Amino acid sequence: MSDWVIETQDLTKVYKMGEVEVHALQGVSIKIARGEVVAIMGPSGSGKSTLMNMIGCLDQPSSGEYFLDGERVSALKENQLATVRNHKIGFVFQSFHLLSRHTAQANVELPMRYAGLMRGRAEKARQALEVVGLGDRIHHRPQELSGGQQQRVAIARALVNDPAILMADEPTGNLDSKSGKEIMALLLKINRERGMTLILVTHDPLIAAQAQRTIRLQDGKVEEA
Amino acid sequence: MNAVQALIEALESLSANKLRSGLTILGIVIGVAAVIAMLSIGQGAQNSVTGSIEGIGTNLLFVMQTRSEDVRNPKPLTMADADALSDSLNAPSLAAVAPILQGNVDAAVGSEKSSVTVSGVTPVYAGVMNETLTEGEFINQDHMLGRASVAVIGPDTATNLFGSEFGVVGETLRVNGQPFRVIGVLKSKGGSGFGNQDDRILVPITTAQTRLIHRETRNQVDMIYTQSVSAEATAQAQEEIATILRSRHNTGLNADDFSIYSQQDFLATAQTITGVFTIFLGGIAAISLLVGGIGIMNIMLVSVTERTREIGLRKALGARKEDILVQFLSESAVLSLLGGVVGIGLGWLISFVVGQVASASGTPINPAVGLDTILLATAFSTAIGLFFGLYPANRAASLQPVEALRYE
Repeated sequence: MSDWVIETQDLTKVYKMGEVEVHALQGVSIKIARGEVVAIMGPSGSGKSTLMNMIGCLDQPSSGEYFLDGERVSALKENQLATVRNHKIGFVFQSFHLLSRHTAQANVELPMRYAGLMRGRAEKARQALEVVGLGDRIHHRPQELSGGQQQRVAIARALVNDPAILMADEPTGNLDSKSGKEIMALLLKINRERGMTLILVTHDPLIAAQAQRTIRLQDGKVEEA
Repeated sequence: MNAVQALIEALESLSANKLRSGLTILGIVIGVAAVIAMLSIGQGAQNSVTGSIEGIGTNLLFVMQTRSEDVRNPKPLTMADADALSDSLNAPSLAAVAPILQGNVDAAVGSEKSSVTVSGVTPVYAGVMNETLTEGEFINQDHMLGRASVAVIGPDTATNLFGSEFGVVGETLRVNGQPFRVIGVLKSKGGSGFGNQDDRILVPITTAQTRLIHRETRNQVDMIYTQSVSAEATAQAQEEIATILRSRHNTGLNADDFSIYSQQDFLATAQTITGVFTIFLGGIAAISLLVGGIGIMNIMLVSVTERTREIGLRKALGARKEDILVQFLSESAVLSLLGGVVGIGLGWLISFVVGQVASASGTPINPAVGLDTILLATAFSTAIGLFFGLYPANRAASLQPVEALRYE
């Protein structure tokens, strides 16, 4: 296994919007080391979201190669991609994306359910919630929690299958600055303590400043800094 | 994800929208209840008709004269034919032979008058036709020989003429103006089946021949009812009757001047008719079940659209296509299963009420809710749920995670 947890070669992505072809990515080759904290920045339309979808295995490239944790992801089928997402990637979204019907604990259990884990889910979910400092809120539903707390639940959910990568898409975008700082601190702490690679997709220079490295995208290409 | 978990989750998400789920279930409830009620009422009607045919007697064969253009010089059935059939050497499969002469007469007591069917019968008639008396006695051999003016009357006839079906033995009624002494009253057989079996007069066949019903020849009878020794012997008995009558009537090949109907023939006909009736009712009810199924499909499609982001999230967290498919299919299956269970109860109640109303109005129908009906309704409603849930579920499962997450 190489030291690179993420390695892409010449990734391209072409969307068809009716008659017009949109070249969202035009040959992106990046490498991210295990345990690294990397920010992906770029103005809207730069291909930032598309790259995030590729790295997060939510979408397949039109051409190019992508190796995640040593596995050639660009050749996988839909259900295999789902398994890769489940095992290797933890998502943290800007708008939290919690299931409002479920308690914090049930939300955190969700990835383990899709992993086919039958026993010990409740216990692991509680541990994950303790890691993010919500050990006393496990039976609360999302609407009973503040924005910062909801994002913590989402982080616990991302952690629970012990993925190789934490993928945070504007994790502080919907939070006030105090909770935003706390969430960033929590993400960096998890990176330090668990060695999980942290990828921050953001347009906020203050967030990007906390990363060890910043990848800037412009017009579907990497701008070398 | 195992099945129990899928069901629990389906219940949770359905209970998040109680009114909507309830209304969707109601569609299935009505459909299943209609199917159950219709099938069980149809079954009850069939049992009732079958029961009344079987109530006539057992292992019966009915012999009648055929009046057909194809048969030259047909001969009527006679008392001599009946006597020949009674010969146990020629017809060992026949247990009893009852010749009958039938006609309509005016019966009167004082100023009370009514038009009644009168049957000239022999003493064996009571045994063949399962007749029992509430009071008095049946026609005996002495009445036959003496051509006695005696009558056994039905309970309705007694009520019509005497005002009561009790204590009328010994009274006199006039049949076509001639006085007849009432010697017995028949037990009620109920009004269903072949006309009203409770409004009739039975007299000795000899008396009927000489005094009430005049045919071309004096010994002529209208029908001969026979009873075979056992159910298995019925076919054999039919052969024996045909052989004896063919030789007595000198009929040509395939030119019988008589017909033999078995009780089974009547049963089969009645069952065919009520069966068609049941299928017809059930078919109409099934349409409402179909409409209920479309309701499920509609609501599941709405649900998939509403929960696009949830589906996207689940996929991002590692849900495979099958996981999403199972999730939405369990929801529609739970909807239809719940509807099915409640519908069975409601259908049972409806058929019970219909049965009560029917017996209160004098037509006993005992709706039979069989296990097969219940299993059929449950299986059918769940199948409807799965069938109509399949398209929405498949639509949910095929959503691309990127687009689903971005959906507003």
